[in-house]
Amino acid sequence: MKKKLNVIWNAIIPNNPVLIISIGLCSVIAVSNSVQSALLMTFAFAMVQIPSNIIVSAMRKIIPNEIRVPIFVTVIAAFTTIAALISQAYFNAVYQIIKLYILLVVVNCIIIGRAEAFAYQNGIFDSFLDGVGNTIGYGLVLLTIAVVRELIGKGALAGIQILPDSYQPMLLMVLPPSGFIMIGILTGAIETYLRKKGGKK
Amino acid sequence: MSYIENLLKIFVSSAVINNIILIQFLGLCSYIGLTDSLPNSIGMSFAVIFVTVSSSILAWMIDNWILIPTGLQSALQITAFILVIGSFVGLVEMYIKKASPNLYKAMGIYLPLIATNCLILGVTFINSMNHYDFVESIVSGFGIAFGYAIAMLLLAGIRERLRNSDVPEFFKGKAIAFMISGILSLAFLGFSGMIK
Repeated sequence: MKKKLNVIWNAIIPNNPVLIISIGLCSVIAVSNSVQSALLMTFAFAMVQIPSNIIVSAMRKIIPNEIRVPIFVTVIAAFTTIAALISQAYFNAVYQIIKLYILLVVVNCIIIGRAEAFAYQNGIFDSFLDGVGNTIGYGLVLLTIAVVRELIGKGALAGIQILPDSYQPMLLMVLPPSGFIMIGILTGAIETYLRKKGGKK
Repeated sequence: MSYIENLLKIFVSSAVINNIILIQFLGLCSYIGLTDSLPNSIGMSFAVIFVTVSSSILAWMIDNWILIPTGLQSALQITAFILVIGSFVGLVEMYIKKASPNLYKAMGIYLPLIATNCLILGVTFINSMNHYDFVESIVSGFGIAFGYAIAMLLLAGIRERLRNSDVPEFFKGKAIAFMISGILSLAFLGFSGMIK
């Protein structure tokens, strides 16, 4: 049981796909300017990451080694289409804003990377757990950045005013440049932490 | 407004106003990964310009000749685009390797990287969302790739200088590249009022 939990935990902190391995950054920077977009993006990500991990793992014995990447991509593309259609049906207002990034989940390096590095070699249940872990790891970073940006940039969370009216919103935080700056600060913090930890040993 | 004027507007808007890297954040992997050397980023920019323009053409043909007439656009667009572009890039790579080894040396190593680059696929989706016609798609594809080249060269040039300068301990490594991109992006935001 502990080993199973480790699979999830590993993807959340020690091998966080966004912060530690720094892949899949495009969508994190682009949709983190409001909490609603971040939530929908995490939902779409989960809808693709978890099932595609399961399917790739279930088919791993019959996928020929030479053409595995095109097969992964086809599986992922099918689930991305499903996720995009569901988002359009139930969350159309937010979907119209971040449409491009939801369609581009199909080339998200995290999902292809997990299919190649984990699901292709491990059992179905482990792959499911790995998918859950990576979704949490991705969503956590995305939501943290989105909360900070929307709170400072609009004084609101998910469209609801939180800070008093006297607060002057810092508009820069919801504009594109602050996405880069936030990721820069986070990467800096993590790398400094890792350097310090490495120095002690 | 004449047709030429419209094309010019699409070019300027996709190259600088909606700069694909600094404003729309697509293709960041190669942007951060390859800009630590100027020659690499020049090679990558040329490869991207070539592949973007040709995949805009391909995607336009698939969209308008196959997917829209059969009514399958919403269900099959993603799968069709990624498979066609992926195999197209593979073909181009094989052809260049065979036909011109020198060009392959200069461009070949970047082609596999491009195959799953979100920028290329993003361009085809942007074209299809805006319902561009054939010429407009080509202009938009070229404009976006041109904007990519501008951003790559800007950051590569700055990072070359940065190697000899004193970066604060906290921002050493990748973090400083993100901070610089933030400032560049701020500068590109200034273009946003240019076209109404």
